[in-house]
Amino acid sequence: MIEVKQLHKKYGELHVLKGIDLSVKKGEVVCVIGASGSGKSTLLYCINGLETIQKGEVLIDGISVHDKNTDLNKLRQNVGMVFQQWNSFPHLTALENVALSPRVVKKMSKIEAQEIAKKQLIHVGLEDKLNVYPSALSGGQQQRLAIARALAMEPSYMLFDEVTSALDPELVGEVLDTLRLLAKDGMTMICVTHEMSFARDVADRVAYFHEGLMEEIGPPEQIFGDNPKSEKTKKFLANVK
Amino acid sequence: MNSAGSAFTNLSWVDLIFLGEAAIRTLQISIVSIFFGTVIGIILGWMLAAGNVFVRIAVSSILDVFRSVPLIIQLILFDSFVSIAGYPMPAFWSGTIVLSVYCAALVAMVARAGIEAVSPNLRRAARSLGMGYWQDLRYIVWPVGLRAVFPSWIGVALSVLKDSALVSAIGYLELMRASQILTTKTQESFKIMLLIGLFYFLMSYPISKAGEFVEKKWQS
Repeated sequence: MIEVKQLHKKYGELHVLKGIDLSVKKGEVVCVIGASGSGKSTLLYCINGLETIQKGEVLIDGISVHDKNTDLNKLRQNVGMVFQQWNSFPHLTALENVALSPRVVKKMSKIEAQEIAKKQLIHVGLEDKLNVYPSALSGGQQQRLAIARALAMEPSYMLFDEVTSALDPELVGEVLDTLRLLAKDGMTMICVTHEMSFARDVADRVAYFHEGLMEEIGPPEQIFGDNPKSEKTKKFLANVK
Repeated sequence: MNSAGSAFTNLSWVDLIFLGEAAIRTLQISIVSIFFGTVIGIILGWMLAAGNVFVRIAVSSILDVFRSVPLIIQLILFDSFVSIAGYPMPAFWSGTIVLSVYCAALVAMVARAGIEAVSPNLRRAARSLGMGYWQDLRYIVWPVGLRAVFPSWIGVALSVLKDSALVSAIGYLELMRASQILTTKTQESFKIMLLIGLFYFLMSYPISKAGEFVEKKWQS
């Protein structure tokens, strides 16, 4: 379970998150929507400890992420993350990209790590690209590679930070399909996204962020239905539709 | 050019062997200096890229001194200093120390550029997979950064090889010094200069070719 309690995040004078409360149960898919700069990506960075926080707490299975005694490297093995920019390791083949962290972080043998990597690459539909370098892959393929790379650590939770925003429109579908597959497998996911139809289909709950606050959270029917509780949600959705 | 007078001997095979041995000494001092200079330079470059403000200012001002004072002055000053201080050392070692520091100052800039060439997003991705700081450096920053600045490093290595000629000023019998001795003996300065130019070329060319080969291999 991921629990975010009264989370505040500032970059200098800029108050990005102004007290966020959110809990995500095992197996749940939560989509976070909102305008750029509303703090939704920052929330993900705070959840796996890539960013420090100023106030509040994040608990993952009861472990406090920002406690200075917490072993973040160990904790992050359990919380996979995929970024807007796919960040493939350019010097490694697809197989090596995925096998690297099981090998060096989990200290698996090379063969063991490559077995897992192969399994994950097949899972995301890249079975014919095992020995290809990222420079020869399309954006969509690289993003699926990044998903496989995160899954290879066998995390309980996955964080997705606008994973389709940097893709050409015709490549968005294949990546969203991979996410749908994961959701169907029962992965616990927090997806920051601008893809409203994806959020409507896949999410158990949708959260709308506005200027550093969670304006509204509820099932997709509530958010995308005729009468979201907040006027701001209604206005935002009217603009993106 | 007229042939030399009777007081001087003509250039002979023995002289060529003498030059060959000196060339080997040039290679020796260059390889040792490039090795130590590279190791120290990488550590300094990392301090420049990752250190706090105080570390960065301290390291970069020291490096500025070594990069700005002509190498020949550094060599003579250091060699005289250790002699005056009562710890004279063989020209090979005082030359190696000064060349290494000089090389380190150049490599530090290259290493910093290499580290900075690796995008913070890539490093974040590595950390998000559970890699620690040193694992990120070893498995991501090192290979990616190395590919970015390897040609610059080859450039530094070649310039250290050529600049090792200045070690002749403190009496180390390398290629340059050997050529001066032969010139005094035979008065055939033009031929000798052509010859040692060829020697330096023969040493440098394989290095730059090897560099190109490695680069090509990485690109595929």
